[in-house]
Amino acid sequence: MEFLLQPLTLLTFFPILGVIVILFMNSEQKSAIRWVAMVTSLLTFGVSLWVFSMFNASNPDLQLEAKYPWIQVAGWNIYYYLAVDGLSILLVMLTAFLTPISILSTWTAVEDRVKDFMIFFLLLEVGMTGVFLAQDLFMFYIFWEFTLVPMYFLIGIWGGPRRVYAAIKFFLYTMAGSILMLLAILFLGIKTDTFNIPTMLVRLPDLYATGAITAGVQMFLFLAFTAAFAIKVPMWPLHSWLPDAHVEAPTAGSVILAGVLLKMGTYGFLRFNIPLFPNAAIQAAPWIALFATIGIIYGAAVSFAQADVKKLVAYSSVSHLGFVMLGLFALNAEGVAGAILQMVNHGLSTGALFLLIGMIYEQTHTREIKVYGGLWKITPIFGTLMLIASLSSMGLPGLNGFVGEFTILLGAFGSEAIGSPWYAGISAIGVIMAAVYILYMFQKVFLGPAGEITHHHELKDLNWREIATVVPLVIFMFWIGLYPKPFFDILAPAVEKLLSALPL
Amino acid sequence: MTQPQFIDFYTLMPFLIVTVWACLLLLVDLFIPKDRKGITAVLAALGLVGALTYSVTQVGLASRGFNSMVVLDGFSTFANILLLASGLLGIALSYGYNNRMGINRSEYYTLMLFSVSGMMLMAQATDLIIVFLALELLSIPLYVLAAISRKRDAEEAGVKYFLLGAFASGFVVYGTALIFGATGSTNLADIFFAASSGTSSLLLTIGAALLLVGFGFKVAAVPFHMWTPDVYQGAPTAVTAFMAAGAKIAGFVALFRVFATAFPALSADLTDILWALSALTMIVGNLSAISQTNIKRLFAYSAIAHAGYILMAFVPYGNSEIAPTAIAAGLFYLAAYAVTNFGSWGVVIALETAEGKGLEISDYAGLAKKYPALAIAMTIFMLSFIGFPPTLGMVGKFYLFRSALAGGFPGLAIIGVVTSLISAYYYLRVVVNMYMKEGDPVVEREAWLGFTTTFTAIVTVVVSLVPQFLFLLASTAVLK
Repeated sequence: MEFLLQPLTLLTFFPILGVIVILFMNSEQKSAIRWVAMVTSLLTFGVSLWVFSMFNASNPDLQLEAKYPWIQVAGWNIYYYLAVDGLSILLVMLTAFLTPISILSTWTAVEDRVKDFMIFFLLLEVGMTGVFLAQDLFMFYIFWEFTLVPMYFLIGIWGGPRRVYAAIKFFLYTMAGSILMLLAILFLGIKTDTFNIPTMLVRLPDLYATGAITAGVQMFLFLAFTAAFAIKVPMWPLHSWLPDAHVEAPTAGSVILAGVLLKMGTYGFLRFNIPLFPNAAIQAAPWIALFATIGIIYGAAVSFAQADVKKLVAYSSVSHLGFVMLGLFALNAEGVAGAILQMVNHGLSTGALFLLIGMIYEQTHTREIKVYGGLWKITPIFGTLMLIASLSSMGLPGLNGFVGEFTILLGAFGSEAIGSPWYAGISAIGVIMAAVYILYMFQKVFLGPAGEITHHHELKDLNWREIATVVPLVIFMFWIGLYPKPFFDILAPAVEKLLSALPL
Repeated sequence: MTQPQFIDFYTLMPFLIVTVWACLLLLVDLFIPKDRKGITAVLAALGLVGALTYSVTQVGLASRGFNSMVVLDGFSTFANILLLASGLLGIALSYGYNNRMGINRSEYYTLMLFSVSGMMLMAQATDLIIVFLALELLSIPLYVLAAISRKRDAEEAGVKYFLLGAFASGFVVYGTALIFGATGSTNLADIFFAASSGTSSLLLTIGAALLLVGFGFKVAAVPFHMWTPDVYQGAPTAVTAFMAAGAKIAGFVALFRVFATAFPALSADLTDILWALSALTMIVGNLSAISQTNIKRLFAYSAIAHAGYILMAFVPYGNSEIAPTAIAAGLFYLAAYAVTNFGSWGVVIALETAEGKGLEISDYAGLAKKYPALAIAMTIFMLSFIGFPPTLGMVGKFYLFRSALAGGFPGLAIIGVVTSLISAYYYLRVVVNMYMKEGDPVVEREAWLGFTTTFTAIVTVVVSLVPQFLFLLASTAVLK
């Protein structure tokens, strides 16, 4: 039972305590349930801060390891193995940070079946944290698949009018990718006789060198993992589940979906595809860059055409995550570090946008751009926060988005793996397009003459709870935007270690 | 002929306990008043508990009995424990259900015991004659049980099951005859030597293929599955639950035993046949399930599909390195399947009304609001059937796919995962109805029923998190 007291075990499974408490509560005590969930997630965030304080940024290796034999039967070297390194620590923190914020945002938005909602939400946090911490492929797969279940319910029960369709589409799409990864995981497990990722990384080069796993098979394995992660990211052309899921999901669900779940895909590329299949990754880099570039331009163009604000932000995610993919497969220090930071940035800015859209939707029950207009005059606080989040999302210098995108483009321009500066060059157009659709949206909603809704509705500005929900995100937008060095310092050693193992 | 020794009886002890107890129960039952037939159920359960306890003491032991016609080994003990537990869960599901449906007849539980004893004999048989005896002993009570409610559907189910079952038994007998003709023996070990020493004879291969037909019928593999949906739907639901687990376990156990111990030499011919059977079963089972609206038929097709997954792991049985894994994976999955199966049928029973209503998937609408615990349990079972964590079904499928990949059948594994994806669609329909639709379901609350669904749901989740012991038990159940 010693493993229960490991910091990372506590961090991963702490929300379960809240789930147990909530299970025994009367479903009528809605506000008590909310408080329990809130306190649980805040305490989890506290644990994450404790973990962070013990994290040594200058060490590129896995840290705070909790490693215990789990299933030890012939051919099944499965460990209970959690650990964190520079590649994952920021995403773990992001998860622990966004969960209480999301729960706070549901205070008045979720009135129906609060008990179930909070249980699913806390279970989702367990799954997400586990995905970022698991260092055993079997365990990773369990967490990875498990996140689908609570998210499926969050969309399907508390979502919009087409929620059932969106929930099933989300579930089946994601599962379609992960089942191929399952086979690849099993194949790796059979060949290397372990599911333990660090051990696998030691044994794989020999298998590649001796031809026990040929280059062709390596490519197949790479593609099987890619199937799972590319759907999750989502990379063009596998993105079609995303707008449905985002639009139908309740606000808190969208925040977590955009903020963390999509990052599980990009994190997967970083943690598995690149180190496990280095040759295939280098070979595939130009192709992934191509798809990423198409995604950037396509996502931006489609965003521009949206009439629904939430859908606009959803498609902008396709574009932004294209940048992350481009950075990852630049396979150089700038690109990868920028990509990891951009994962966090996207979580912050898109999270804030979804939160803010949710707040106005709660009052007006519409998200159509054309019925708004002139909102700034009536709701200045809302307008200011929205402006900051929008500017952060479009990558204005001084805010976080710029730092990430700039570093990524820098990496992609000089990338040997991608081999051509054209991808970066075309992607840069995406930054400009982002400015167009974001500012266009902002102008239609907040400036100009008062629209239909603005006219007829008694619109209230944000209350203290709502401000408290968004302000922490805004602080980080400025922090990363103005002084990103501490964040890069955390990443750098681990990124360097990752890249040094590549045969470039 | 030597006199029977103690070791002969010891080898078969759990089986003997169940059989003798069933005979006694027939007599005792005469003195139990008609309105208190619940006592018979309790007595039957006690017999199974006794045999189960004895079986547990036999873990790790091995012996042979009756001139090597039966054997006690890790494999048979694993199967015996599983079958006895299935019998107990079957009785637990029947207890209240039979009262409600007005089929609380005394012979019900006796028949169940006889069927369990037949299944156990199947697991211990090392001679084709005993295999046939066991097959009949397990099947005939099931034919009667299927028709026991004497409703029109049930009678149709009983007759259908009987006719097709008798036909399948014919295949087994004929196969046995051909094998005897080819090798001069019905003993599995002798057949093995004859088959691997001599040049492969066509007669033997045909005989083995005929046996495969017979077993394929019992496990509901395509194309021998035609009876399954009608029988599952028509039979009383508690019987269906018992049959779905018990007959499947017995069929697979016999298939594993006979093929792995007698026919490894024939794998060159049989592997392709098994491959095709497995692929067909997975594809047809899952595709047919999509369009079902009746929950009993849905689960019937799902039962067919799961037979395909287990067969998939067994395809590389001829490879002596993989065979132990393949069998361990099969046994592990049978255990996972049995637990999930009883749980899900328990939920079906809870919603079924005396008039036979409450069996459409749409009848599950709104279950989560009114009976959250039952809906959670059902969700766990559905996830387990799909193969989603954190459930036993996921660990089990992991094991099955690993066996297929290690055996060098990636194509089959891909068919397996793709059909799993298809299955997610129809299992999720049940979840969608429970959680995302409005409705007003009516649920019967019965103590033993509640216990069964709760217990199996907990086992499905908890054992998936600490599966070590089940792994060990399954992997020691290797056939030599």
